[in-house]
Amino acid sequence: MDVRRTMRGFSQVPLLGWLVAAFISVVIEIQWGTPLAQALGLPKIPVLFGVVLALKQPHLLPGAVVYLLLVYGLPIALIARLGAGIANQAAGALLRLPLWVSAAVHLGLFYAALELWSGLSDYRDLVLRFTLIAVMVTLSLNVINGYMGEFSCSHPGFMAVGAYAASVLSVDLFTKHRVFGEALLPPALGPFLFPLVLIIAGLVAAVSALVVAIPSFRTRGDYLAIISLAFMFIIKSLIENLEIVGGARGLGGQPDWAGLSTVFLWTVACVWAINNFVRSTLGKALNAVRDNETAATAMTVDTRYTKIVGFLFAAFWAGVAGGLFAHVLRYVNPGTFGIQKLAEVLAMVYFGGLNSVYGSIVGAVGISLLGEALRPLEIFKWIIIPLLLILVMIYRPTGLVAFKEFDPKAVLRPKNGPERERDALPRG
Amino acid sequence: MPFLEVEHVTHQFGGLRAVHDYNLAIEPGHIRGLIGPNGAGKTTIFNLITGIYNPTEGNVRLDGTRINGLAPHRIASMGIGRTFQNLLLWRHMNVLDHVKMAHFSRIRYGLLGAVLGTPRRHREEREIEDKARTLLEMLDIGHLAGQAVTNLPYGAQRRVEMARALATEPKLLLLDEPTAGMNPDELVQIMEIIRRVHRELNLAIFLIEHRMRFVMELCERIQTLVFGEVIAEGTPEEIQNDPKVIEAYLGSGNE
Repeated sequence: MDVRRTMRGFSQVPLLGWLVAAFISVVIEIQWGTPLAQALGLPKIPVLFGVVLALKQPHLLPGAVVYLLLVYGLPIALIARLGAGIANQAAGALLRLPLWVSAAVHLGLFYAALELWSGLSDYRDLVLRFTLIAVMVTLSLNVINGYMGEFSCSHPGFMAVGAYAASVLSVDLFTKHRVFGEALLPPALGPFLFPLVLIIAGLVAAVSALVVAIPSFRTRGDYLAIISLAFMFIIKSLIENLEIVGGARGLGGQPDWAGLSTVFLWTVACVWAINNFVRSTLGKALNAVRDNETAATAMTVDTRYTKIVGFLFAAFWAGVAGGLFAHVLRYVNPGTFGIQKLAEVLAMVYFGGLNSVYGSIVGAVGISLLGEALRPLEIFKWIIIPLLLILVMIYRPTGLVAFKEFDPKAVLRPKNGPERERDALPRG
Repeated sequence: MPFLEVEHVTHQFGGLRAVHDYNLAIEPGHIRGLIGPNGAGKTTIFNLITGIYNPTEGNVRLDGTRINGLAPHRIASMGIGRTFQNLLLWRHMNVLDHVKMAHFSRIRYGLLGAVLGTPRRHREEREIEDKARTLLEMLDIGHLAGQAVTNLPYGAQRRVEMARALATEPKLLLLDEPTAGMNPDELVQIMEIIRRVHRELNLAIFLIEHRMRFVMELCERIQTLVFGEVIAEGTPEEIQNDPKVIEAYLGSGNE
């Protein structure tokens, strides 16, 4: 059948092909997007794949769908399909070089597409940066709730610690501030020292995580869920009562250092580091502890050390994500890091899939887009998202893409495959 | 000098005395057996040796060093490997990862090495993988390396558990009912494998077993445990003809 042959054709498009196609379709949107949108009766280009229109102005939806097909759907499908041969050759040639070269080319292409795409609208840019941060938070929580199989509720707390640590550092050191006084270091140095600020923010979050980890990991059980929930509330009320950082009013004036490129690089670093960790035997010890702790300890695995290291590592990345979050918004207040944030992050982890890097990306992007789409519903948004989550839990209890190992080499590989694989398909 | 010495060990769960005044000495390279009716406390003794329980009274010595009170992972890395009666495998990990995991205590690349993917990490991981594959070959399950454990037949799962225990590079291997739930074919194979690892790795083996034929054929000396106390100890022939053993088994009626 033709449909099946077409699908098989698409399964032979390597990632490189998809990225080139996406890049070209973004260029098409820049060139002809606005006139096309006008011709279709849209006030402006649909910024977020029409998801915002869906509830606000549903009568514009058909126009948006046609727009999406003409700008994204058709060009991407055509270019990916027709260019598959060349793309496979190029991907194969890249893989013969060291892996990082191939990874850098793919990421560079991906970033170029994102940069151009987000350049068309400030709203896109902001949503994109928050989505990337959500990927970091979700993946780091997945280390605890997925890979380690515990249930932690303290991630908003770690984000808050990281956000405030980074904010205090950057505001105190590099800007003139009402409370903190003159800049202690030349502001021109700031952007270069920003990575250091974020790493310190992550480390502070990791140290604060010890408060939860030490009492909770003496034994297994429900302690962690309760202690970590308490931790989240304690951090929130602590900051609310800490006048030096603005209390409940929040802390503003962070320098504008977290542009798309910075957030993108940190997200890549986070995914790379966490993926490295969970694929090492040291990281897989988390799975052994989760699946059977008695067996793990009998096989020389130091379970308490493993759990604490995994927990602190996850807290570190939540802290870094919090620091970035504060500098994207350029304002933080303790109210942001409450129970609603927790619900959001948990939804992303469990919706996307446990024990899976793919899952965390799918979950974070999916729930972020859904959140934007349902924004007009305001509080009812938090009825629809949990309902969706319940449905996912019923039909796929571990999430959409759970327990799937993310192997960069397999992702970057050409997809035309060796001959024998195609021969193995049923004939006739 | 014996590799493992258990001296006058008594263990109580609250008011219940599970093991009373238990003694054991295992020389390097010997195979010893522990038999007894259900509930006699056999697995409790394994748990006392491997540090899962801390004995109420008495001492456990390894190479002369007192080990009771140490954490189980420390004892495991000192040279005691074990399998479990009811197969404690990690259900989301494949066969190769099971065996690699048992090298945990010898990983030196640390958290930073794991996170940054340093050359040292890749070298160590490769070494661990080579060792793991050798062990899998030795137990005739090399072809299953990439399989999820939950898909394997029972006999193969038992072998994965044994390969995993051997990967800790033990000097003493504790086998808790290695033939439980096996069919006659698998039984013959597992006996051959136990002999092979004993011969090739020069291990001491201490095993709990219910099938008399199996214990009698493998073990040099056997202890019989009833209600937490050793009622008889000796060679297979002596045990087979001991009236107290016969009474414990026939009289209790649950074997």
